[in-house]
Amino acid sequence: MQKNNPVLMTLLWILLSLATLFPIYWLFVISVKPAVDLFTTPSIILEKVYWANYAKVLTDTTLRRYMINSLIISSGNALLVTTLAFMACYALSRYNLAGKENIFFWTITNRMAPAAVFLLPFFLLFTQVFAIGDYKLYDTRIGMILLYCTFNLPFAIWTLRPTIDGIPRELDEAATVDGASTWQVIREVVFPLARPGLAVTLILTWVFAWNEFLLAATLTSFNARTITTGLSEYVTTTGTEWGTMASIAIITLIPALIVFTVVQRHIIAGLTFGAVKE
Amino acid sequence: MGSNRTGWLLLAPTLIILGGFGIVPFIYVLWVSFHQWNPFGANPAMIYNGADNFRRLVFDTEFLQSVWFTMQFGFFAVVSEIVIGYLLAQLLMRDFPGKSIFRTIHTLPLIVAPIVVGSVWRLMTTPSIGIIPYYLNHWFGYQMNIGSSATAAFVTTVVMDIWHWTPLVTLTLLAAIVGLPKDPFEQAQIDGANRWQIFWHITLPMIRPAILATVFIRLMDALRTVDEIWMLTGGGPGAATRYVGLHIWKIVFPKTDYGYGSAISVIVLYLTLVMCWLLYVGLVAPRVKRST
Repeated sequence: MQKNNPVLMTLLWILLSLATLFPIYWLFVISVKPAVDLFTTPSIILEKVYWANYAKVLTDTTLRRYMINSLIISSGNALLVTTLAFMACYALSRYNLAGKENIFFWTITNRMAPAAVFLLPFFLLFTQVFAIGDYKLYDTRIGMILLYCTFNLPFAIWTLRPTIDGIPRELDEAATVDGASTWQVIREVVFPLARPGLAVTLILTWVFAWNEFLLAATLTSFNARTITTGLSEYVTTTGTEWGTMASIAIITLIPALIVFTVVQRHIIAGLTFGAVKE
Repeated sequence: MGSNRTGWLLLAPTLIILGGFGIVPFIYVLWVSFHQWNPFGANPAMIYNGADNFRRLVFDTEFLQSVWFTMQFGFFAVVSEIVIGYLLAQLLMRDFPGKSIFRTIHTLPLIVAPIVVGSVWRLMTTPSIGIIPYYLNHWFGYQMNIGSSATAAFVTTVVMDIWHWTPLVTLTLLAAIVGLPKDPFEQAQIDGANRWQIFWHITLPMIRPAILATVFIRLMDALRTVDEIWMLTGGGPGAATRYVGLHIWKIVFPKTDYGYGSAISVIVLYLTLVMCWLLYVGLVAPRVKRST
């Protein structure tokens, strides 16, 4: 592309990274300070490190359980949502369905709902309506995975649609002429080209599910409680245990970071687009 | 191509899930919004009161004020995020040492839960113990106090939002830019177009759907944000940062005024919908129609 100066670029990104990392560094600083030290004059340099918060958090089996719940719920939800959105976007982009632009717009309205008021109907649905005998969706991982679709599915459909629309139809048509079935077209032609979009969708939906707080706080109690909710248990009206909360927050960054690094690689995997088009 | 039945089949799971978890709760909220209902109040029964809730909110200055603050917040945050996010996405298309590391660092804020982000920013900005006011005072002699200055609190919420959500914009726009065909750019360069012309006439029209999708998502999320702002300022000082999401929260939870809270939610939902629909019809739909 254009001329660029790698030294200048690297410097710019170092500055940016410092700005990005500072609040996270500060979170770490909070996590290794005894509570009394938080309310003294701040200093950027850490003089002494106090690990007791981590020792407390790492030996807590309840928190470990919450962490596993979070991993299952967010990974399950991200995979489900990305798959469904991929199918839906393919349908919206390639078929002449009646009212499809209205359906497309309607999906996003599901994300607009202010959470506070919707907690009540969700609670009723989860405890009374969507129940088979004794089995209720309340406090189950499946329930949370399905529930998170309300805000993640619209998001996924809206971020994927431009990608799928951008893949030339001629490619599908050429493959169909060669005798490929719809399934083969989706898997062999559209999927590889949509990979950057799919990767971004997967990452971001995973993040939204991982970070969600209000719904998880209302609709789970113990079995399916997530780590974000568990962490908020240290924020109480009588005072917040900042150190404990911060150390849990730092620990939760690790699995998230692993997922990120693995999936991010696929974002640039689609760079061959121009070549395919010919 | 293909039969429409396959298309509907592919779309069906999405429609079923969103129907069950989207439409059903909405109908419930709509029904409650026509009632006076405070389950923990003096009269816990649900009483039909017609459009009283809606009549009340038209004259509710607290609500109207919070809508106005939210719009300012949404405007400043989303515009900055789109501009910065786009520039960073373009920068990430070039080659420089350590690119993948920098990209990962840049996306780190996304994985910090909003409730944690709010807490950290609060500890960083609280006067006398926060690092930011301390250095602002030390270096520039500026007294920053988010507990008493509405402007300082407003700016802090916007900056926090930019810090937290710009990576989302960068990633979605990066995916869009990566997917662009190269031919038009090469052609334009051969024809001697300058950078601005290429941006305005080629890049922008091609990634417009992606930009709009991102604007929608960010705008909607900014309009219903609760946990971050709750932790950072609690809506204060006064009501300066009590954005709509938080305003509804405060009506529904401490006051348990479900009827009125539902009515506000319905109206906020309606306003968001109309705003997004106008944007959509004006900017995206013409292009979609042309291409089908």
